[in-house]
Amino acid sequence: MGIMKVKAKARGGNTDVKMMAKHVMETGQRKDKSGNTIPALFLSEIEVKHGDKVVFIANLGPAVSKNPYFSFSFAGGASGDTLELSWKENTGKSGTETAEIR
Amino acid sequence: MSMNRRTLIKAVAAGGALMSLGVLVPRLALAAWVKEAFEAKEQSAAIKALYGGDAPAESADVVLDAPDIAENGAVVPVTVSTSLANVESMSIFIESNPSPLAAQFIIPEGTKADVSTRVRMGKTTNVTAVVKADGKLYSATKEVKVTIGGCGG
Repeated sequence: MGIMKVKAKARGGNTDVKMMAKHVMETGQRKDKSGNTIPALFLSEIEVKHGDKVVFIANLGPAVSKNPYFSFSFAGGASGDTLELSWKENTGKSGTETAEIR
Repeated sequence: MSMNRRTLIKAVAAGGALMSLGVLVPRLALAAWVKEAFEAKEQSAAIKALYGGDAPAESADVVLDAPDIAENGAVVPVTVSTSLANVESMSIFIESNPSPLAAQFIIPEGTKADVSTRVRMGKTTNVTAVVKADGKLYSATKEVKVTIGGCGG
């Protein structure tokens, strides 16, 4: 099960991408009921590739809202093409997922 | 005997963790996450750690779209766009946050310099977009009033 929800649409020679990552984005500033700091756990990097070309990179801090959302647009891309999305947490955990351009 | 078995299990577990790291990490080699910039407590220090050199120049070519008043500081929509050519990156700073740098977007050639996201704001403060284009830094700043802060427990 991936964490990325992606809507990518090819239109007029460009591809519009809207994506949301299901992630808590814990800041490391909050405390639990017993007063212990809840350790930071956030997505620090997201990279989107169309074929071999990197089309978007986001470097993130914990000030990005829970369930991070991004929208961007790149030249090229056609319906049926695959986008590759790689993500990494501040803990080092990482993953790669794919999404299809509609 | 039981000690040996435990040691062996530990070694196997550690080896497995290392292997999975080795396989997965290199895929993101392109994206450099600048630790000093994301952890800086002052905005000027964060900008310097991220870009080095001079302070950005205010520019009408940088468009920062954010609400005048954000009722919920946990989710503040922000869009940064620019008509400048040869944009390399765009970043968002929130002055009064514990760490001002919220996000940095790398804009490769062919990608539009127009990115939207949502950020957390602890309280009313200035939001600044910094754009690096043609090797130079440009910025736009807007104050966003926050009714309920987004960094509380």
